[in-house]
Amino acid sequence: MTAAAERTHDSATNDDVLAVAREQVLDRGVGLSEEQVLRVLRLGDDRLEDLLALAHEVRMKWCGPEVEVEGIVSLKTGGCPEDCHFCSQSGRFPTPVRSAWLDIPGLVEAARQTAATGATEFCIVAAVRGPDARLLSQVRDGIKAIRESGNDIQIACSLGMLTQEQVDELVAMGVHRYNHNLETARSHFPKVVTTHSWEERWDTLRMVREAGMEVCSGGIIGMGETDEQRAEFAVQLAELDPHEVPMNFLIPQPGTPYEQYEPIEGRDALRVVAAFRLALPRTMLRFAGGRELTLGDLGAEKGMLGGVNAIIVGNYLTNLGRPAQRDLDMLSDLKMPIKALSDSL
Amino acid sequence: MFCVHCGQPAAAGDHLSCRGGRAALEPPRFCAECARRMVVQVTPVGWSARCSRHGESTSAGVPVLTD
Repeated sequence: MTAAAERTHDSATNDDVLAVAREQVLDRGVGLSEEQVLRVLRLGDDRLEDLLALAHEVRMKWCGPEVEVEGIVSLKTGGCPEDCHFCSQSGRFPTPVRSAWLDIPGLVEAARQTAATGATEFCIVAAVRGPDARLLSQVRDGIKAIRESGNDIQIACSLGMLTQEQVDELVAMGVHRYNHNLETARSHFPKVVTTHSWEERWDTLRMVREAGMEVCSGGIIGMGETDEQRAEFAVQLAELDPHEVPMNFLIPQPGTPYEQYEPIEGRDALRVVAAFRLALPRTMLRFAGGRELTLGDLGAEKGMLGGVNAIIVGNYLTNLGRPAQRDLDMLSDLKMPIKALSDSL
Repeated sequence: MFCVHCGQPAAAGDHLSCRGGRAALEPPRFCAECARRMVVQVTPVGWSARCSRHGESTSAGVPVLTD
């Protein structure tokens, strides 16, 4: 039976979607269908603890207890020509973010800071439509300098949409993972971004995969999407089958079209996290930006016990996070081992 | 003196949005001395913010910016 057929092979005799998920996802490792994810997203608050517990079981069975820790830094900040409505780095909106470039010593230091937390992953990010020669040169020089400093942390990049030549160049530089978020469901994307399409992002991800890099793609929850679109997004990500899905929660940024949006409720964020785990049983699911605002300390712990198995520690690109040590202490308290670099190589 | 989050006079208005949970996740964006928008670099453990007139302020251990 194909995976798609298995997804539609729902139990007609059991209306409890969590019971169905237990058999389908936990026992057989088959992610939920769009319709099933929607049913999960519509579970009442009285089922939230059961949902989180099941998502945690699924994570433990299909991914294991380890947590991958990552740090990120913005190499080129602001001045982006695209109009992603959530982003304070778009040059099209009157946000307080000004353009900045991080120099090579600054990049090496950021990589050192990240490695010092015990992280195995360091992602270099630029606010661009796609990289130009200057940016690629800076990335190349930066990676070389990080290696020459004796830092063997794994390096990922997020530089927007790529050509095949650029994909090949990043592979040659030793970039092992590429992040390019689909951001939201295909049906909702045109309301979030108008300067490029969801399909263009998909094309970059396809090239990344075919070139042998690990694919990292997730999105932002809380951009006005419906439950149906959250379910649609989960299944579209499952179809992409990325190595990693970073889950962000919208931080309404001053000056952007989403400035007045309210952050989503913590219980809704947890429901989405768990639902995505049930759609993506084997995928690394990473807590990323916005969890501090949406979930707070207690909610972050619940998320780690509700399907999440990776985390960005420290600050983000333009926003601050909580101190890395607090997250490391949380993982220690939860008895969740941090993935070692030797496991990654 | 000016609010580092909105650039408005610190003594005028209630600055409610500058004191909430979201603002706690924001590095300073405006110079407290002159309200100019600053060039800000966030790193994994800190930030630096530079005003073209009043120079740079940092959290501890942040590398200096280039143009």
